[in-house]
Amino acid sequence: MPFVNRMQPEPPEPNAPDAPAPYAVAPHPIAPHPIAPHPIAVDGLTKAYGRSGEVLAVDHISFKVPRGSVTGLLGGNGAGKTTTIAMLMGLLTPSAGSARILCADMAHERHRVLHRINFESPYVEMPMRLTVRQNLTIFGRLYGVEGLKARIAELAEELALADFLDRPSGKLSAGQKTRVALAKAMVNRPDVLLLDEPTASLDPDTADWVRSHLERYRKARGATLLLASHNMPEVERLCDNVVMMKAGQIVDEGSPRQLIARYGRHTMEDVFLDVARGRRKGEAAP
Amino acid sequence: MSPLAASLNRIFALILRYWYLLQSSWPRIVDLVYWPTVQMLMWGFLQVYLAGQSSTAALVGATFIGSVLLWDILFRGQIGFSVSFLEEMWSRNLGNLMMTPLRVWEFLAALMVMSVIRLAIGFVPVSLLAIAFFGFNLWGLGLALAAFFANLIVTSWSVGLVASGVVLRNGLGAEALVWSIPFLLLPLACVYYPVEVLPAWLQPISLALPPTHVFEGMRALILEERFDVGAMLWAAGLNALFFLAAILAFLAFLRASRRAGSLLQVGE
Repeated sequence: MPFVNRMQPEPPEPNAPDAPAPYAVAPHPIAPHPIAPHPIAVDGLTKAYGRSGEVLAVDHISFKVPRGSVTGLLGGNGAGKTTTIAMLMGLLTPSAGSARILCADMAHERHRVLHRINFESPYVEMPMRLTVRQNLTIFGRLYGVEGLKARIAELAEELALADFLDRPSGKLSAGQKTRVALAKAMVNRPDVLLLDEPTASLDPDTADWVRSHLERYRKARGATLLLASHNMPEVERLCDNVVMMKAGQIVDEGSPRQLIARYGRHTMEDVFLDVARGRRKGEAAP
Repeated sequence: MSPLAASLNRIFALILRYWYLLQSSWPRIVDLVYWPTVQMLMWGFLQVYLAGQSSTAALVGATFIGSVLLWDILFRGQIGFSVSFLEEMWSRNLGNLMMTPLRVWEFLAALMVMSVIRLAIGFVPVSLLAIAFFGFNLWGLGLALAAFFANLIVTSWSVGLVASGVVLRNGLGAEALVWSIPFLLLPLACVYYPVEVLPAWLQPISLALPPTHVFEGMRALILEERFDVGAMLWAAGLNALFFLAAILAFLAFLRASRRAGSLLQVGE
């Protein structure tokens, strides 16, 4: 019997201090669209591969993400995080169960809500020969952003893109590329933002900068963020709730503070290692 | 913004994306013109040689240039469609696109428009060269050329849809098929010779292909100076069936990709 997670509807716990904000996120003049209390709702979600479904990448998981919160999806390699996010994006068809965003079943009615969602992932890139401005123009048009020139100028200021706005995306450093990917992810001012390892391969300074920006965006917009990450300090800083996965199943969940207390550890890194190595809660590390 | 205006806006955005790409890369533009020019010159000089042999050979030679130019519409149209699609896979951008409100039909419409634009970049200068070098004015065919073009471009889209679907499902390891699939049509569609040349058992297969009727129509126009309306209608009817089947095949490949998870893993 797989573990079925039932997230307690705890109030969001914004646990990150306000970081210095070199670039402020401009509040959007239009209030966020009224949405369900849980903009992301996963119910019995399963993905099996193989002719007879013998490889279970995601095994009957359920969780909900409260509106305006940041939820971390944690787990080692092969835990099923990216598969779960791919099903949430509607790019992968579930074998069973449902992945809903803003009440839309992403396997069947994703087009109802795609204009209010965006994502960032290291598994996709922006066309490298196109300049940053050209890429943002194209994605802005695809999302139907009104006042696109002004929006690009706004993003350029918020994310410090102005110096390389007219440079080909392929000629940017890793940090600059991440900022551009973030600009693409925010071009339509999404209510729901899916992030798959948003700070992977970034230096600590740039990674910190990205986290600060995500925090500011969440606060300014009231957006809901789902974040898959291997970076435990990042999770501790950003996430209100954490869903821990192993071998396609949810093995635990709660706020970082609750999980650290539950496992009798000092950091999320220790909790992660306990889960990854199958140690029971409170069991001493060898 | 109305739903139709939003759709057109998204189609335009994607066309803009491919246009920016073409603008930024002169090798891509040269590639559009280079091979059609080489082919046209080769067949053109063959026609010049044949023209010196006999009047019949001269007429047959003229059909060669016509065949080369029309084949190029079919081949380049398909390549234009498929390469635009491949650009998304090469740049690992497909996941980004699939997460936008872009609909599948809008994506395909943009690919079709791009195939015409890419074709025009190569075809127009080459057809003008054919006039300058060999006195063969394809544009002089007028409405007949429009009928040939419309039929061939729709066939090219059908082939492009299937080829792109195969790559979508199987990854870039199947990319070679994009370049080789259209050549399956070369012997069967009777590009350079009449259908009667084929063995009797192969002729029905050939006649079931839309471009066969176009090339037969082109030869009728040049050799007999008559526009074969019946052939064009056959081509149009068959094209409608092939195009519908190709769209269904592409959608099936897309569904299979969604099941297999290959939309995010676009490597080999």
